[in-house]
Amino acid sequence: MIEVSNLTKRYAGRTAVSDISFAVARGEIVGLLGPNGAGKSTTMRVLSCFMPATSGTARVAGFDVFHQSAEVRRRIGYMPENNPLYPEMRVREYLKFRARLKGLGWKKSRERVTTVMEQCGLADVGRRVIGQLSKGYRQRVGLADALVHEPELIILDEPTIGLDPHQIRSVRQLIKSLAGNHTVLISTHILPEAEMMCSRMLIMFDGKILASDTPENLQRRMAGNSQIIAEIAAPAEALRECFSQIPEIELFDVSAGEGEFQRCALTPRDGLDLRPMIFALARDRGWVIRELTRHRHSLEDIYVQITRPDEEEENE
Amino acid sequence: MKIFWTLLRRELSAFFFSLTGYVIIAAVTFLIGESFAQLIDGLGTDPWPMPVTQMFFGSIYFWMIVLLVSPVITMRLFALEKASGTFETLMTTPVGDFQVVAAKFAAALVFYVVMWLPLLICLFIVGRFTNQASALDSGTVGGMSLGIFLAGGFFLSFGCLASALTRSQMAAAMISLAFGISQFALAWWAKNNPVSEQWQSQLLSCLNIFDQMNDFARGVVDTRAVIFYASVTMLFLFLTLRLVESRRWK
Repeated sequence: MIEVSNLTKRYAGRTAVSDISFAVARGEIVGLLGPNGAGKSTTMRVLSCFMPATSGTARVAGFDVFHQSAEVRRRIGYMPENNPLYPEMRVREYLKFRARLKGLGWKKSRERVTTVMEQCGLADVGRRVIGQLSKGYRQRVGLADALVHEPELIILDEPTIGLDPHQIRSVRQLIKSLAGNHTVLISTHILPEAEMMCSRMLIMFDGKILASDTPENLQRRMAGNSQIIAEIAAPAEALRECFSQIPEIELFDVSAGEGEFQRCALTPRDGLDLRPMIFALARDRGWVIRELTRHRHSLEDIYVQITRPDEEEENE
Repeated sequence: MKIFWTLLRRELSAFFFSLTGYVIIAAVTFLIGESFAQLIDGLGTDPWPMPVTQMFFGSIYFWMIVLLVSPVITMRLFALEKASGTFETLMTTPVGDFQVVAAKFAAALVFYVVMWLPLLICLFIVGRFTNQASALDSGTVGGMSLGIFLAGGFFLSFGCLASALTRSQMAAAMISLAFGISQFALAWWAKNNPVSEQWQSQLLSCLNIFDQMNDFARGVVDTRAVIFYASVTMLFLFLTLRLVESRRWK
């Protein structure tokens, strides 16, 4: 559905997106994740034909976003950052205006506006003036606008920003319900959101795509060097000796825990799961184990690790 | 074409569903009324030396209205959309740049024409209560209407251009006001300096909006003036279109 290759966008004196390539298949929900200023919005603006790329190409549904811009625009529903709307218009009137702009006929636009208003929970506020609506409702108007012409691709730039938890939940539900029929590209800097909604995540930082995978795979990739935490009731010296003799343990740290328990942090070599080994060790020696856990990296850790600015890494 | 009408409707509703639109109409009606009150009072019962439309065009009121109101009408068109971000939602729908520029200009022009309608009422009242046949006839009213329309196109198209230049409504208004005043000042200068052989002077006499308007108000439709206004309006609209397109190659 989307094919981006070697896309670069430079503003005066600043490179917002540098040489990125990715592809999105039909029916996928893909999250574009990254801190503010990572180039997410710029990528979306290029895909939605608002701005041309400095170099590289982007194709949506097989059409080039620059040379066949009208064809692309007919096929996308785009909600920009901060969801700009005309505050003086009424909800229904606005959606109808947008449907007409997107080439829907008189009758068709009426039907579709009714459908999306129900889909987005706007049926009660159709006659309200947009400027007087709460932020949650306005966000839904933006979403309804993106959906109104049944686009093949929906591009949403930070769709849940500034909403309260209830509203976030309902917007997420709505987006999830679009999977299958539509391809969705969402940008966000909130990780759990991407984790919940997306089948695949692209992590962007400083204009580059650093990782692209499913949330599960990203977690698995990080789990490889995940630590084992064990609390064992044994003399610290004996523990140190045992650990140093096990070749699978790359690094270990033993510190005094509560009472006679020692808290051991073990880093495995080659992503092995050390837990059965530690259990066997304690059983053989007759030591009591109180805790044995593998510290799972949350996506948050992955995100922080991948998008950490260089200087922090150098300090470590 | 369907999209053009949709855009035009939306632009017109922005004028007529907002307080600004009615404030502008009220202010213009007030100024027209005041100018007519002065005209009629000054004339008394003596025979009128010229058609009443010509006297109206000769007064400061006409120019005040055109110069002050056209920036206010046009400043919103592009600048507000750019500042609020709706320009992005608008331009990412399958609308053509030309449709957007044409709809915005047409809406401004329609509003401008509606704004001048009270003038017809004033003229009607004058026509009803005067027995001087030369004061008002259909020729002068027609010429005046054409003159107002063409001058409106001229200043409004520049206003569109100014609005497309910037994100700030204030900046857009100042740019088009400065343009309007400079045109006014040039015409004033041309009026007070006789036309000489020099090309500067010749050029200036062509740009003299006073003389052109004076002709229209007498019911004289000079094709040179019509072509001048129409072509400059087209030029400004063309430049506006290029500016709107410029985001594609910037």
